[in-house]
Amino acid sequence: MAGTAVTGKRVPIDSTDIGRNTVGAETAAVAPTKRQDTDVKVAVRAVAKRFDTRSGTVTALDELTLDIPRGQFFMIVGPSGCGKTTLLRILAGLEDPTTGEVEVGTATEGRPENSMIFQGDSIFPWMTVWDNASYGLRMRGVPSGKIREVVGHYLDKTGLTAFRDSYPHQLSGGMRQRVSIARAFANDPDVLLMDEPFSALDEQNKTLLQSELLRIWDETRKTVVFITHSVDEAVTLGDRIMVMTSRPGNAKAFVEVPFERPRDVLELRHRPEYGDIVYDIWQQLRDEVERSQQAQAAAPARRGRFGLRRGGR
Amino acid sequence: MVTSEMPAEVGTKGRAQRPKRRSGGRGRDSALAVLTPVVLLLVWELLVRVDAVDARFFPAPSAIFEQMLTMMSSGELWDHTVASLRRLFIGFWLGLVPALLLGVVMGLSRSLRAAISPLVSGTYPIPKSALLPLILLIFGLGEMSKIVMVAIGVFYPVVLNTMAGVLQIQPMYYDVAKNFGARRWQVFRTVALPGAMPSIMTGVELGAGLGLILIAIAEMVGANSGLGFMIWNAWELYSVETMYVGLLVIALIGYGLALLLGQVARIVTPWQAQR
Ligand SMILES: Nc1ncnc2c1ncn2[C@@H]1O[C@H](COP(=O)(O)OP(=O)(O)O)[C@@H](O)[C@H]1O
Ligand SMILES: [Mg+2]
Repeated sequence: MAGTAVTGKRVPIDSTDIGRNTVGAETAAVAPTKRQDTDVKVAVRAVAKRFDTRSGTVTALDELTLDIPRGQFFMIVGPSGCGKTTLLRILAGLEDPTTGEVEVGTATEGRPENSMIFQGDSIFPWMTVWDNASYGLRMRGVPSGKIREVVGHYLDKTGLTAFRDSYPHQLSGGMRQRVSIARAFANDPDVLLMDEPFSALDEQNKTLLQSELLRIWDETRKTVVFITHSVDEAVTLGDRIMVMTSRPGNAKAFVEVPFERPRDVLELRHRPEYGDIVYDIWQQLRDEVERSQQAQAAAPARRGRFGLRRGGR
Repeated sequence: MVTSEMPAEVGTKGRAQRPKRRSGGRGRDSALAVLTPVVLLLVWELLVRVDAVDARFFPAPSAIFEQMLTMMSSGELWDHTVASLRRLFIGFWLGLVPALLLGVVMGLSRSLRAAISPLVSGTYPIPKSALLPLILLIFGLGEMSKIVMVAIGVFYPVVLNTMAGVLQIQPMYYDVAKNFGARRWQVFRTVALPGAMPSIMTGVELGAGLGLILIAIAEMVGANSGLGFMIWNAWELYSVETMYVGLLVIALIGYGLALLLGQVARIVTPWQAQR
């Protein structure tokens, strides 16, 4: 399998290929894998992504390699513009890698491979809370009795039952994000992809939704790939954290988070290890953030010369 | 599980409060809307009575209403109104359906847009009334030419607004649809159509207004029934009151159409904050 140089492809994982522990990082800040996960759910092999823009080619990802075991809550932190969203979109199948390949373990019978919680407001403004949350199931033609049961369950879990007939514009930002979470969980995918789902929320709402998310996740323990720019969030939620380099994005370090499950979001922050891990990751990130700032400082000159502006995400 | 913090979060958005405050203002607005024309009519009547304006051009409102009652009891007014409404109705659908389909398809497909867009925007600036002789030539003096004129009036605003509506939908919503497994038809039904609906309704309102203008013009030239014909005929017979009756009925139809379409808009875009 390792020899197959298929590029720009997503292929199902070959079952003989399980268990390879790829670490494309310079350092691992905390002790290596404590759990013996042998079942790889998502494998990223030398994935590179380049965008051709009018002002030249942007390399968003540079030969990134990583394995995510089944059931892991995998976190990605990195400076903005380092290719986090791009990676997630490739995992979701919304974008193809320029070179390299992504392998995703075959989905359980009757289940979608992945569902994504998009960065920003992504619930449909023209659908009620109920229609938004049931979207995936309705598109797949799931029987209505089953839809009622599943969607009812997740609206209950997210505290949205009373708002099932409301439209998004009638909800607060925190509640809209809950709808987005309910929509993804109700779809019951094998892998959940989340792109900075809480970054637009205030601190209280964020903490609240983090613990809700963990509670809902504890029921199913799905594989999660979760992007954040908050180191605290990464340590609070994740089993393992990938720290990314600034653009072109690659893995700088993998950090194991030793905390047990289920977790108490608030209690966790009291522990001495918590501060240690956060500090560790900040050390890793600091250089990268500085480097990406330097790159940005250099950018206006180039923009001025061509009179172009690139619309970043 | 999170019910305790719900009320606080909802309270900030005030779900029930806003519409209530608005409807109070709306009541006063509609009182004003009735008052202004009534006052204007009274002034007009007064000016005619004291001979301050020429009654040959501006007959007293009372004379116009009298003429209207006569025409209503003879059934004449009713016949003309029904003839115009019938053409308006058929022409409306004849223009709307292809415009909707074409607009959505042009919004979704870049290559179709490139192919059809020059045709549509190239013919759009032609005053539709200037097409009347050609339409009469092609479709004759029968019902069809009038219906086609209305259809043309409805078609352009709807096709352009539908396309623009589809184009302004955030690409993210298509990604969501794709990620959640929507097939082509489902993307059309759950993203493109509802996403463009507010813009479509704007187009429909514009189109209906244009259709009304065009039916009046078309009936003046090529018909022997309808409100347009009635007004033109009144000019030839020098029955100024009848002309005003025709104008009044057309204005009422226009007003009724706007009300009706506003109601339809509320039904087909229930997610829009009440206007
Ligand atoms: N469709 C695109 N076209 C051109 N450049 C893109 C596109 N998508 C992303 N990029 C560029 O790729 C880089 C990584 O983007 P992204 O993955 O959104 O970063 P992040 O999510 O880490 O902030 C950015 O420099 C961005 O401008
Ligand atoms: Mg991003």
